[in-house]
Formats: sequence, C-alpha cells, structure tokens
Amino acid sequence: MLVPRPERGGAADPAGERELLSVGDVARTIARMAHQVIEKTALDAAGSAPVALLGIHTRGAPLARRLAERIADFSGVEVELGSLDVTLYRDDLRRRPNRPLERTRLPETGIDDHLVILVDDVLFSGRTIRAALDALRDHGRPAAVQLAVLVDRGHRELPIRADYVGKNVPTSRSEEVAVLLSEVDGRDAVVLRRSEEGDPQR
Amino acid sequence: MKHLLTTATLEPSWATTLLDTAAELKKTLLGRQVRKLPTLRGRTVITLFYENSTRTRVSFEVAGKWMSADVVNVSVGGSSVSKGESLRDTALTLAAVGADCVIIRHPASGAAHRLATWLEGTGTAVINAGDGMHEHPTQALLDAATLRERLGDLAGKRIGIVGDLLHSRVARSNVHLLRTLGAEVVLVAPPTLVPVGVEQWGVPVSYDLDAELPALDAVMLLRVQAERMHGGYFPSAKEYSIAYGLNEARLRMLPEHAVVLHPGPMLRGMEIASAVADSPRAAITDQVSNGVHMRMAVLYHLLAGEEAVA
Repeated sequence: MLVPRPERGGAADPAGERELLSVGDVARTIARMAHQVIEKTALDAAGSAPVALLGIHTRGAPLARRLAERIADFSGVEVELGSLDVTLYRDDLRRRPNRPLERTRLPETGIDDHLVILVDDVLFSGRTIRAALDALRDHGRPAAVQLAVLVDRGHRELPIRADYVGKNVPTSRSEEVAVLLSEVDGRDAVVLRRSEEGDPQR
Repeated sequence: MKHLLTTATLEPSWATTLLDTAAELKKTLLGRQVRKLPTLRGRTVITLFYENSTRTRVSFEVAGKWMSADVVNVSVGGSSVSKGESLRDTALTLAAVGADCVIIRHPASGAAHRLATWLEGTGTAVINAGDGMHEHPTQALLDAATLRERLGDLAGKRIGIVGDLLHSRVARSNVHLLRTLGAEVVLVAPPTLVPVGVEQWGVPVSYDLDAELPALDAVMLLRVQAERMHGGYFPSAKEYSIAYGLNEARLRMLPEHAVVLHPGPMLRGMEIASAVADSPRAAITDQVSNGVHMRMAVLYHLLAGEEAVA
C-alpha cells in the first residue's frame, strides 16, 4: 500500500516530479549518516578496523566522498575512499543496453581486513549490491562489509538490507526515485517521478 | 554492434567506446590476483582458425576466459574441415551447437563477411580475426589503444605505416581506424609492395622512409609476409633492410616522443633492429598485453548487452 507522503519542497512540477529531499535535506541526511557511521563502527576508538568507503558508480562515488568529508569533520578520522564499478558483475547485462565502464579505484592499502562500507544512492532490487559483493570478493577479503544508501525505496528481490539509510521512501514499481547530485546532475535533490517505461530503474 | 568484421564502417563513437572500455578493463584487472570476471558466464565463444596464429588465438582465448565465457578452439587440421566440409556447413554447425560468438581467421579475404551473412538470424556474433589480405580489426584496435596510451588523443597525430602494404590486412584496418580517430596516416613501402588502388585509401604513399621519419609521432612496422609472396617483390632481405628496416640510426631521426609498433612476429635484423625492438621507444609487448584487454572489450560489447545496441 502506498503511504501518503507529506509534500516537501513544493508541489509536483509540470514534469510530474515531486521533490522528496531538497538540497538542504540532502546535506543534513548525509551528515546524519556520517554520525551513524562513526557511532556504529567506533572508528575513532583505538584498535578498530580501518574503514574504507567504496562508492558504487555513478552517484555512489560522489556520495561516498561527501560522506567521508563529513566523517572527517565530525570525528577527525580520515577514512579511506574508493569507488567501484559493478557493471561487469551484473546478472542482467543481457537485458539492458551496454554502458561504458567506469573507474574502479581501491584504497592504496587494498581492502583486506578493512571494514568496507559500500555507498550507493538508491537501494531497490538489491542486484547492484549483490554484484558489488561479488566484485569485492575478487578484490580482496574485507573484515566486514556494510551498506549505506541515501534512499531505500523497497521492492527487494534479494535478501539484502542496508546498515545506514538516509531516507526510506515507500514507492510503487511504476515510480522512479532519482537522486540528483551537483557533481553529476548540477543540483542536489531527491525526486520521485512516474516511470515512463514498464521497467523501472534498479 | 552485432559483428566486428571491419574497421571501415566503425563509427567514431564506437571506436572510442571500445578503446575506453579496453582501458578501463586494463585498469580494473591491473595488479589483481583474480583476473576473472563473471561477465560472460554461460556464453560460448568458438575460435575457428583456418590459418596458424598463436598470438591472436591465445589473446582471444585468454580474453574470453577472463570474462568467464566457455572458449572452444576449433583447429582446422583436426576438424571436419580437413575432410572437405564447406565453411558454410562448419558455420551452421557451430551456430547449431549454441555458439554465441565465432572468431574466424581465414586465408580468403571476405570470409568473415560471408560467415556473418550465413549466420544472419541465428544470434551468433562474428569477429574477424584476420581474413586474407583484407582486414584484422582487433589488431588495429589494440594498436590504437597502445598508441593512445603513449601519445594521448590521436587526433592530429601523424602515424607512418611501413612495410608490406600489399599483403597486410593490419595496414588496411589501421588506415581506416586511425583516420576515424582523426590521425594523419602516411604509408611507406617499396613500390612493389604497394597495392593497386591504394589511392582509394585516401592517404599519401611515400617510398622514402628517411624523409618521413622526422615528422612522425609513431611508426607502425608491418611484417614482410614471405608466405604470401610468390615472386620477387624486392631483390634481397638485406636490400629491404637497408631501405626500409628500422635501425638505430633511423630511430634517432624520429622525434623524442615517437613510438615504434610492430604487430609481430618480428623479423629481427630485417624489418627492425634488435636494439630498436628492445628499446623503451618500442611498444611491442604493450601491444600484446593490450590485445587481451581490447579483445575483452570487443567480446563485452558484442555479447554482454541486449542486441539492439547499435
């Protein structure tokens, strides 16, 4: 059942978009997630495992960078940062057009024995995260893996859940949640759109 | 992109996409202990080689295996081809056993195109791994990848292709691709090894290597294909070497940044001096390693995505 959501940031615009998070909300959400990461990983405590944030392309990468900056602001600890392109590990490659590959960058020390936190914009079916877990296995053996997402929109097809969620957004399958980030899209926002195609984003 | 048969019709955007994908794959796999990706799991790739070739076949085989495809090598000597089966029947057999991709090397120019025609509608992709004196597109792509690594963007760069143009499929594929990427190409060869109709290639031809060297950003040497020569194309190997071999003196005539490529196998002492082949200016081993990544990129774009890609 679709829960009625309070209107934020104005009514639906002519393009049929509804803003769920404004630019200020995005910043506050990332700040809150940074506090949660600090608390849950105890990363400023002595003897804790080194933490590496790995952003999943495309928008997970700038999100991970912002999260790392906030973590450094609040705790004084510089976590390691990397990015992960999971395209080659997807199980639905045959169903979609090819996409160009993005850069995978691991921290210089690798990910062995690190607490790796995967960072992505939207958690939906869970297939991207499954692909990311497979990719991680080929890159090394983390001590543990956690997941941070800005938006969890439900509709999981795999038993995967996030450890840090910026905002839970109950959606219908015919809707599309778009996370917009200034690094990629020129502005910060999270918007809900009617999906024009039958196959909504994953 | 359904097949890869030629570089002549390769759109600039596709050429760049293939080069970018290969570069990303190289970075993805660099320094990894596990060089295996699950991308093409369950896909069957068949190499069908009517001519001997170690490096091209091994390169395709490694590329397929690193992407988890099932790679089957068909050697003509041990197959029904030696019993007289036609290429068409061989192709249909391979499609019928469920090949997603056939990589063909054939002594007849145009064989890969014919194969693609016969396989129309079967969903089997064809990659031309060298057809006679016609084309060798993946070699041209890996050459371009190697040049791009060393020189950056190829637009405006001047590349000399030197040697046996007449018998070379590599030269033809490279001329098309390098021009597509915006490079200037000059062909250098003895008059007897210049093919008829070369003016249609749209690039200048020179007989004087020394005159061209100072302006080149890269020299691509071609193998003198003795096995395809049924007559005297030049008086002796020594004379060829004196006029067109890349020796140390000629290397010094090149600009400092210029790169030397050779598709292999090299005839050391004739086409290229050993000291040149082993110098840091030569990118010959880079070509071989880039070959695997380029072929992975081609397999990825042909086999991974949905069909209506381009």
